[in-house]
Amino acid sequence: MAREGQYCTFFVRGLFLGLEVTCIQEVIRAQPLTVVPLTSNVIAGLMNLRGQIVTAIDLRHRLGLPAREPHERPLNVVVRTNDGAVSLLVDEIGDVIEVDGEAFERPPDTLSDEARELIRGAYKLKGRLLLVLDPVRTVDADSGN
Amino acid sequence: MDDVVREFLGESRENCDQIDLDLVALEKNPDDSGVVARIFRAIHTIKGTCGFLGFGRLEAVSHAAENVLSALRDEEIAPTPELTTTLLAFVDVARELLDRIDSTGQEGEGDNSQLVAQLTALVRPAGAPAGDGHAAPADDPPAPAAPPPAPVMVAVEVAPPALVAPLPAIVVPAVIAPAPAAHAPPAETAESSIRVDVSLLDKLMNLVGELVLARNQIVQFTGGNGDATFIGAAQQLNLITSELQEGVMKTRMQPIGNIWHKFPRVVRDLALSCDKRVELVMEGESTELDKTLIEAIKDPLTHLVRNAVDHGIETPDRRATAGKSPQGRLLLRAYHEGGQVNIEVVDDGAGLDAERIRDKAIERGIITADQGARMSERELFRLVFLPGFSTAAKVTNVSGRGVGMDVVRTNIERIGGTIELAGKRGVGSTIKIKIPLTLAILPALVVSCGDNRYAIPQASLLELVRLAGDEARDGVEMLYGTPVYRLRNKLLTLVYLSDALDQAVPRDPDEVNIIVLQADDRQFGLVVDAVHDTEEIVVKPLGKHLKSVPVFAGATIMGDGRVALILDILGVAKRARVVAEGQQRGRIDQVVTAGLVERDDLQTLLVFRGPHDGRMAIPLSRVARLEEFPRNIVERVGEELLVQYRGEIMPVLELSALLVERRPALHTTPAAAWPETVQVVVFSHNGLHVGLIVEQILDIVEDSLSNPRPPGRPGVLASVVIAGRVTELLDVEAVLRRAQPGAAWNEVADLVLTGEEVARGA
Repeated sequence: MAREGQYCTFFVRGLFLGLEVTCIQEVIRAQPLTVVPLTSNVIAGLMNLRGQIVTAIDLRHRLGLPAREPHERPLNVVVRTNDGAVSLLVDEIGDVIEVDGEAFERPPDTLSDEARELIRGAYKLKGRLLLVLDPVRTVDADSGN
Repeated sequence: MDDVVREFLGESRENCDQIDLDLVALEKNPDDSGVVARIFRAIHTIKGTCGFLGFGRLEAVSHAAENVLSALRDEEIAPTPELTTTLLAFVDVARELLDRIDSTGQEGEGDNSQLVAQLTALVRPAGAPAGDGHAAPADDPPAPAAPPPAPVMVAVEVAPPALVAPLPAIVVPAVIAPAPAAHAPPAETAESSIRVDVSLLDKLMNLVGELVLARNQIVQFTGGNGDATFIGAAQQLNLITSELQEGVMKTRMQPIGNIWHKFPRVVRDLALSCDKRVELVMEGESTELDKTLIEAIKDPLTHLVRNAVDHGIETPDRRATAGKSPQGRLLLRAYHEGGQVNIEVVDDGAGLDAERIRDKAIERGIITADQGARMSERELFRLVFLPGFSTAAKVTNVSGRGVGMDVVRTNIERIGGTIELAGKRGVGSTIKIKIPLTLAILPALVVSCGDNRYAIPQASLLELVRLAGDEARDGVEMLYGTPVYRLRNKLLTLVYLSDALDQAVPRDPDEVNIIVLQADDRQFGLVVDAVHDTEEIVVKPLGKHLKSVPVFAGATIMGDGRVALILDILGVAKRARVVAEGQQRGRIDQVVTAGLVERDDLQTLLVFRGPHDGRMAIPLSRVARLEEFPRNIVERVGEELLVQYRGEIMPVLELSALLVERRPALHTTPAAAWPETVQVVVFSHNGLHVGLIVEQILDIVEDSLSNPRPPGRPGVLASVVIAGRVTELLDVEAVLRRAQPGAAWNEVADLVLTGEEVARGA
């Protein structure tokens, strides 16, 4: 799984996360969301992306992290999937960076359950770790309830 | 995949469909040389293109089939059912190979020599000397190929030898020239139409959807803007958009004949396998409806057609006995009516046997014998759509497993359609299906609940009721914890949308907006915070994350660009338990209660005052007599109350003791507390009389019992409004059962004896 390549990076509550750039459709600012009742809080809502209705998944909840403060405006990382686009809500967006396959390591066993399911591993970059998300599993949030 | 191959697949599939139709037509009319020529051309085209593309297996079987057709055309052999069956088998194999090419790009490994042998045997009946010495199974098509092509080609064109000869070794350059020629015949007929990728149409449809939204936005904007030029332009835009929308919708329309054309074959094969004779008549094949709908009704319709042949239409001798022509008639009819498409499947077979349905339903425990006795024919027919219900005497490989009709109903309802069954024993049955023309754009009412807006498809909308001020505060009554509203003196169950969606929204005490909706057979009122406009909305599917939430049917983009969810009314009703969940018991209750509503519309009811001033009613037909007894002739023996009545001992029951749920403390009223005389309703039950003491007999009324509410306690069938008051319908049977549980009752029936012994028996 450790491949060299470009990663789109972003931050969620201090975590430095990345997704392969090839699966990212676009990154956009916060959009008005329509709340979907009777679903778990992982589903942040629905948004209108140029006429397409896109489900937004809150990565904070997806990763089992505490909720965002009301004044914090998330960004949308729109991911292409086989079932259309899905947006991931993140706190901040980082650069697109190139990584070296050598620097990859599998995640430690001590990660929380939610995180272990989603994180493929880490790239040891200079001064920090880039956690690589599994795009398929990340968007495969259960609607809950 | 190569475009050429894709085109070949599409064209060959159409050819296969046509061959199917023509083969069945040929069987009916064996002298039609035009049909033979058409089948021949179709097979020839398949064969030719296969050779060009290097699909050897398909070419080999096609070739053998072509030989049969050529012999047919030259009148060397005559059509027989066996011949038709074998050729149909060829079509099946061809389809299978096409499918495989479609999915893998290759024909795959396999052996069709048996089919080839069968086909070859048709041309040269057993015993006849095989001219070319290759009598037997052949993956060796070129050899027998040699003789027929020459005469064959007249109708088509000049190149055939080149087509046929080089097949095993695909010498491409040599074949290139003839290939387009093989394509030529269909092209002639297709000059006025072109093939367009469905995904392109879908995209266009999407864009038009967007345009409709943008139009809505602009029209909304014009509302507050006085500029005349602008308003004029906006109106123009409005008109053009509507027309464009209509036009694009039409491109997705397909004649229903596209799915019907396989039915002649289905009916033929099936009739043959169950030794029946069936004539299939189709009317209105050109009736058009949306492609997605066509796809959706394909399977249900096939099921209905198979059903009709398998256990609708009888065998020829049985038909003869019944005085009908030995050949059954199956009619498929489609037509437009009121913005909907109606499809009917009519057969003149044995029809539906209401008695048998009743017996079967009772046997399976779906209804009780008593419920069965009360149900009308139409209600009984409706039982057929319940899961696991089949009246077929035996299970065949075609039908009778009872998995069918409920699936048919579910599928039809999923696309917003309805299905109804009618029929008469011995005369035939009719199945009517109504479905909308399209699903993509629908008129909807936009409402809000809290900060969110929701769209309600207009199809399920009956009316809007707005209560304000005092009306709002007093109009909503509680019935056993369920809010109800008296709509024209009929009880309407209310569901608060905020509750159904688990949203904490404060309610405005001064305003209640009720949307009266139809879900399944029930009506209910949905209470929302505000009602907005009706709009044409474009239905967009929900992502897979939300598919599992049954209260939402989809989403749409509103005029302001925000997303609104579309409510699935049936889903909401189920969630609020207005309509029972899928399980059978619930469905039945619903059928039965709905039956209560429909039965002859008006029922005569005896209304009386029950315990604690509650109003109750009994159908008058269940009542044997009304009596008034002096208090002192009611004797208490053990736990029972008895009265000597017309020479027998009649048990009398106290309603207050039977409906204990309400106030357990007041179990039995001491006889001393009774008034001087007691009023008793006498029922006749299994030839014996049972009395029911009521507080006071009030009235006899006629009522349609509409809008019943499900019962709040055992012993009650439903709550309805009678003469302006909420009245509970007493379940007489349940009451009698409760009074005389099981064995005790039988003993009473067997021994007509003294009170003492009866007491011991009980």
